[in-house]
Amino acid sequence: MRHGSYRFVASFLAIPLALYAIFVISPFVQAFYYSLTDWTGISPDFKFVGFDNFQTLAHDTVFRQALGHNLILLIGLPLFTIFFALVFAYLLNVGGRANTAGVQGVKGNGFYKLAFFLPQVLAVPVIAVIWSTVMTSTDTGLANSVTKKLGLGTSEFLADPDIALYCVMWVLIWGSVGFYLVLFNAAMSGIPKDIFEAAIIDGAGRLSTFFRITLPLLWDTIQTSWVYLAIIALDAYALVAVMTAGPGGPDNSTQVMGLQIADNGFQYGRAGYASAMGVVLFFLTLIIAAVMLRATRRDRIEY
Amino acid sequence: MTTPDNLSRRLFLQRAAVGTLLATGGSTLLSACASGGSDDSGSGGGGAEQTAENPFGVKSADPLDVVIFKGGYGDDYAKAHEEMYKKKYPETTIKHAGITDITPQLQPRFNGGNPPDVIDNSGASALPASTLATSGQLADLTQLFDAASIDEAGKKVRDSIEPITLEAAQLSGKPLLLNYVLTVYAIWYNKPLFAKNGWEPAKTWQEFLDLCEEIKKTGIAPMAHQGKHPYYIGQVMMDMAVKHGGHDVIKAIDELEPNAWKHESVKAAAEAILEIKGKGYFMQGTEGLDHIQSQTAWNQGKAAFIPSGSWLENEQKPVAPKDFETTAAYTPLLDGSKLPVDCTEIAAGEPFIVPEKAKNKAGGLEYMRIMLSKEAAGKFTELTGSPTVVKGAGEGLKLSPGAASSGALLKSGGDNNWTTYFAAWYSTMDKPIRSVWGELAAARITADEFCARAQKIADDTAKDPKTVKQTRT
Repeated sequence: MRHGSYRFVASFLAIPLALYAIFVISPFVQAFYYSLTDWTGISPDFKFVGFDNFQTLAHDTVFRQALGHNLILLIGLPLFTIFFALVFAYLLNVGGRANTAGVQGVKGNGFYKLAFFLPQVLAVPVIAVIWSTVMTSTDTGLANSVTKKLGLGTSEFLADPDIALYCVMWVLIWGSVGFYLVLFNAAMSGIPKDIFEAAIIDGAGRLSTFFRITLPLLWDTIQTSWVYLAIIALDAYALVAVMTAGPGGPDNSTQVMGLQIADNGFQYGRAGYASAMGVVLFFLTLIIAAVMLRATRRDRIEY
Repeated sequence: MTTPDNLSRRLFLQRAAVGTLLATGGSTLLSACASGGSDDSGSGGGGAEQTAENPFGVKSADPLDVVIFKGGYGDDYAKAHEEMYKKKYPETTIKHAGITDITPQLQPRFNGGNPPDVIDNSGASALPASTLATSGQLADLTQLFDAASIDEAGKKVRDSIEPITLEAAQLSGKPLLLNYVLTVYAIWYNKPLFAKNGWEPAKTWQEFLDLCEEIKKTGIAPMAHQGKHPYYIGQVMMDMAVKHGGHDVIKAIDELEPNAWKHESVKAAAEAILEIKGKGYFMQGTEGLDHIQSQTAWNQGKAAFIPSGSWLENEQKPVAPKDFETTAAYTPLLDGSKLPVDCTEIAAGEPFIVPEKAKNKAGGLEYMRIMLSKEAAGKFTELTGSPTVVKGAGEGLKLSPGAASSGALLKSGGDNNWTTYFAAWYSTMDKPIRSVWGELAAARITADEFCARAQKIADDTAKDPKTVKQTRT
């Protein structure tokens, strides 16, 4: 690389890096700083209070509840999303009949892909409003009318503290499956078809092809998906804010850390304390992502 | 790729990143952090001669910056008020903003020491007034209340407005808020529906239960409430508690007194709510509905009563049938109540503030003084259908059924009408208490558990060193 072109490339990088520094790095650094102050969020005057905020946080029962809910989402969301996305992607790719033209997906798989991907195009609040309407607590609500007809009885959904969190989780799953389906689908089409055909000729069934060929060859993609979904599960703020009573209710049953940060920062006038929560969330996300990547590491298979 | 001219890609990226960080970060990280500098540029405006006509010495040429919460009342009334200001000070230029996201838009301006001159600080994302007050960022309104009223020579502003305004203005021991709108809380019904069935709002608890039973027989739910926002049903409970035990009940709660929530009147009212739920008088599923869904069901005749404030009629205008007559009723009296039945909770709402560091603080105060004239207040009622705290400003206006009936309740209650402040004073207490009301209305907790949980929240607030305590005047 000659010196002139070095300057040329640098000039291209400067703007995006500057934007990144201003809008990502700098707020992060500031959050760390404010977490050590008693800043109210609406006053230029504040004091340095050391680790006071973190000490209070350690005894904050609502925040602990919120953390627990995020952990439930952290387990449920990636598990179900990846399971559904994998099953559907497998069906779309190799679920059809095998004939002389080789292994094929189910008929009309383009349409299915589109249908599954649709939620990804909708804004989160739109999804939240649609689903809270479907899951109306009255017996005449859409979901209740259907379950009543089927003889399954009715439910109060988001108004029932025992299941409200799972209703939110379901909407998260519903909204995510489409994207990961398309992702897995693309990764699966990257696997040479002759591997599947060879396996079928060798007498492998659909199930063993899936577990012995598809899954190992998709491992990298699944691993990345898992980390992304974990980050979504640690957030979940938007859905909870729009869908639930309170929001975060009934009776704190859908409190999540993001909501606690917003409540403390913008409603209770405790931006310093909210920053401390943000710092805790930052490290949690970092640790969880690192642990997941480490724990699920496999040797890469080249094909 | 190891010639001296070559730079490995990774090193290159690293250097570029560090370079950019230094170039931009130097200024960003230090000077432009979110809390801003403590810049004391606000001169406060004014400086002209102080006369009876112009008590704050507003300079006619100083611009005025007005931010209005554009919610249920819109912002047309504010434009009318600005016209009146402009008529008086023709050389001024007025910057008007009608917005809903008050905090996100104004937070940086407060932090930067550059706030607007008048703010209607309302709505879901209003700035936490108690925090602003504690950090001394709000102008003292004493001079406004002591200034001469526009309407009558020799009369002070404080004598031309409802006394509740002066009480509600207090924060940290000083009058800092101008709550402009008078709200009457009630349980509401549709008059023609009640007339057709020969029903009358009940005065005693037993009569209320009998009425509910009768209503239920016709297939209509006796009562709906805005379950996603449990403070509506909480208001009904508190109204019955205060009527039972007198004003001291709510004063003790507002002042965070020990065991205030364990008062027998609070417990009796909590049991009353449990009885409504237990007898199946709440509309099925109302716990999961938001205000629009539940109020619309009520407009459709699916429920007989619904709790709300006097904004209800205006809010439901788009969906209410033509022959619907929104009418206010009082909550029934529990046995042994101290107050008469025909009083209710009132509140002075829609708090306007003038920031201490406003560039034209004098202009902001003068704008408020204009708002408190009969002409401006009448304009507000005309445009929004809601009464203001200005005495006699609604006289001679043709009122809708909702405004007329809440006006009647306001009048019959007189000095017995009560008001509460804890939710406004202690923002950390507001949301958790709402949540406990929600649990009570769903009958997931007993009356005793309700009292204990509410008391715990109050005690935690009282113990919190960061919360500045307020007292009622």
